Amino acid sequence: MNKIRTIIRKEWAEVFRNKMVVSVIIFLPLLFTAMMLAFLYFTTTSSSSADALAMELPEQFAALCGEGEELADCVTSYIMTQFLVMYIFVPLIIPINIAAYSVVGEKTHKSLEPLLATPISTMELLLGKMLAAVIPAVLATWGGFLIFVAGTVIITGGFSLIGTLLNVGWLAAILVLGPLLSVLSVCFCLMVSSRVNDPRVAEQISSVIILPVMVLLFGQIIGFLVFSSALAWLLSLVALILDAIMMFLCVQLFARESILTRWK
Amino acid sequence: MSDKAIVTENLSRRFGEILAVDQLSLTIAKGEVFGFLGPNGAGKTTTVRMLTALIAPSEGKAWVNGIALGRDDTAIRKSVGLLTETPGLYEQLSAARNLEIFAELYEVADVAGQVEKFLRMLGLWERRNDQAGTFSKGMRQKLAIARALLHEPAIVFLDEPTSGLDPASARLVRDFIKLLKAEGRTIVLCTHNLDEADQLCDRIGVFRTRMIEVGTPAELRRNLFGRRVAFHLAEPAEVYLPLVQSNPSVTEALAVENKLLLRLADPETENPGLVRALVQAGANVQFVGELRHSLEDVYLQLVKEDDNE
Ligand SMILES: Nc1ncnc2c1ncn2[C@@H]1O[C@H](COP(=O)(O)OP(=O)(O)OP(=O)(O)O)[C@@H](O)[C@H]1O
Ligand SMILES: [Mg+2]
Repeated sequence: MNKIRTIIRKEWAEVFRNKMVVSVIIFLPLLFTAMMLAFLYFTTTSSSSADALAMELPEQFAALCGEGEELADCVTSYIMTQFLVMYIFVPLIIPINIAAYSVVGEKTHKSLEPLLATPISTMELLLGKMLAAVIPAVLATWGGFLIFVAGTVIITGGFSLIGTLLNVGWLAAILVLGPLLSVLSVCFCLMVSSRVNDPRVAEQISSVIILPVMVLLFGQIIGFLVFSSALAWLLSLVALILDAIMMFLCVQLFARESILTRWK
Repeated sequence: MSDKAIVTENLSRRFGEILAVDQLSLTIAKGEVFGFLGPNGAGKTTTVRMLTALIAPSEGKAWVNGIALGRDDTAIRKSVGLLTETPGLYEQLSAARNLEIFAELYEVADVAGQVEKFLRMLGLWERRNDQAGTFSKGMRQKLAIARALLHEPAIVFLDEPTSGLDPASARLVRDFIKLLKAEGRTIVLCTHNLDEADQLCDRIGVFRTRMIEVGTPAELRRNLFGRRVAFHLAEPAEVYLPLVQSNPSVTEALAVENKLLLRLADPETENPGLVRALVQAGANVQFVGELRHSLEDVYLQLVKEDDNE
């Protein structure tokens, strides 16, 4: 356990010196939050724009609204719901950057050999690297989400909209499913970077292949089905199982030896 | 096994087609300083990596500190220290932080104490809060050496500890190695620097993919060249050549200007008689001295013989 903490602290000491990585961690959640609040602000201050949007909405979307709801309010809350998906996917995007950077760093500084010469197990090393990437991503996302909740309350002047948005399903999705998916994407990134010769390839493979696949898979499910709490838990369970499989594979495929000898 | 630090039996390693280490069988005693001497690509680093459980052998067995390789590699890693060929520091972190990380990973009880001890020993204490990336090559090397010793390992592997250092830094590192030896640690030293090996090592293995010859520096010299003695005369030495050649203990004799160069089995007992005979024959003997071969001669000779085979 102590070794994992050592690795995490070491990773952070390095990662947080990299302005590029830090700005991704901070600005990505803030950007999405600002976009959502801006959208909310304009739809609540001029109801005509929400009405205009409502005219263009396909019927099956409108059907999702409850009986007796104002169509405009319904549209606003529906679109906001769609936006909330971002709080599940942001913690999936950020850590790829961190994880790839940590592997790039080790490989270019040739610091992996002395590290692997210590009595650290592969599991501890990978868990350390994984948590070092996942934790800041998740915290930054949650921070953005808190700002979003506060902003919504202020803009709408009450708790009714936030109340409709934040059912147990969404909370579970943001607090549980998001972090679990984050673990999944980091594992994938670490696995790829331990296998390929060029760490930059790892980042590219991770962000070009895994991200779209995961966003498509989970995004489609979330977008097309009514997002109930049961679905959120089900998806979380699936993500948890995938995490376990992925972590196992990651440790198995992390061939200490070829990482050392293949990288020149 | 108790007095043996390292034992290898037919240890081999290939990288695809390349045979990097071929059937290495070797025993290194506890407290011994053993030097691996060999040209570039000889397989020194590969051997060290196998013995520190970083890469697996293709064939053969080895025991490090009594632990069989591949049985409990974590225990092996705990009991050895490794100075890697390239320092591989965390350049953005301070010198002290670099060491703290490794002290924690090596499960050192008194992290701050050990870090301070080695930073002071290697003259880096004043610079402890500076980023390792700002260090000179010599300072990096010293930091990397400190990193290998934090957990007070019984066996220390040093892969080219003084390569690229200026004479003063190299001297400091060599003195430090002598200190480690005095503390009773076993040291495995890879080097191209023959004087260094001569100064530091109890035994030297001349190595190129396979072990060519092992021995103390003196043994290597003797086995290869015998012992040579030079007689300096006041006159050309040529005329005395038949005289010394007639002596049965002289296996080889050569006259070069005023010098007679003789190869003898036992100079201590033969020299007085030879001097007497030369003086009686009218020679004016000015000096008598043993010709020491530099280890470089030994090394180049061994590698040349290996080429011819
Ligand atoms: N990862 C690797 N993949 C393929 N071949 C390798 C690898 N590592 C070493 N070799 C080969 O094994 C041989 C021994 O290399 P090694 O690095 O052990 O030599 P060395 O004695 O340490 O040389 P140097 O004095 O240059 O450090 C060389 O022919 C080298 O090309
Ligand atoms: Mg080498």
